[in-house]
Amino acid sequence: MKAAVIVFPGSNCDRDMAVALKAAGAQVTMVWHKEAGLPSGLDIVAVPGGFSFGDYLRCGAIAAQSPVCKALVDHAERGGYVLGVCNGFQVLTETGLLPGALMRNAGIKFVCKSQGLRVETTASDFTARYGRGEEIALPIAHHDGNYYADAATLETLNAEDRVAFRYAGNNPNGSVEDIAGVLSANRRVLGMMPHPERAVDKAHGGIQGEPLFAGMVGALASV
Amino acid sequence: MMKARVTVMLKTGVLDPQGEAVRHALGALGFDGVEGVRQGKVIELDLAETSAAEAEANVTRMCEKLLANTVIESYRVEIA
Repeated sequence: MKAAVIVFPGSNCDRDMAVALKAAGAQVTMVWHKEAGLPSGLDIVAVPGGFSFGDYLRCGAIAAQSPVCKALVDHAERGGYVLGVCNGFQVLTETGLLPGALMRNAGIKFVCKSQGLRVETTASDFTARYGRGEEIALPIAHHDGNYYADAATLETLNAEDRVAFRYAGNNPNGSVEDIAGVLSANRRVLGMMPHPERAVDKAHGGIQGEPLFAGMVGALASV
Repeated sequence: MMKARVTVMLKTGVLDPQGEAVRHALGALGFDGVEGVRQGKVIELDLAETSAAEAEANVTRMCEKLLANTVIESYRVEIA
């Protein structure tokens, strides 16, 4: 199972993402944003958290126009798997691979804490190893995690069971319908604000991100 | 050479938390009667283009592709 992690200037969760993918059994290549292509034979591309291009203009907007993101969109359109976390989620909405947009947190402040989440669907390789409705806790750390989508988009997301996670308890950023993560129509692209890659080692206070990586890598390894 | 000014605002109906924070701060400073604040951004471009119509068409494409996120933002282009 081959994975790549894209690295932008300002990415800061790229190595954590690589560690989490490797721990789940993937071979991982780091790919710099100026690369025009991705390594061949990739199963999954991860877009990590951080502050790509200093969040200039809008979070993820400049990263989404980088050469490697054209290859990322091609990979997704071929049916490849993509995981975008935090800034990576912002990048995926800016490329149009996922609907909606991430706005400034409703409370204005940067939020950094452990956050309760409810797994809304198990019908994806990312979430298949959780229970439907299961509550887990993952770290969040963001300033612009306030997910917004218009009413028609929300109706589609709900009707197609594409909300992967919702915030449980208090909504930390004002996101519409407490949405924390969404899937693409083919269920192979997941974008989420919480950080599963920061929850794969007992020494770091929790391993509730592990099933996400195990499910994804496991599904791809068995193909 | 032409100048273009692009004004990007959050769409009507999209909550603007920064604008709201500014409104509260104005109230705290004693400025009464500020019923709403919307905060956006202004982007100025120097263009080699000499035709105003071409410049406007080009800048509109720039807005659609990068300068604005039309999921949440509206934009206005002025050419001078």
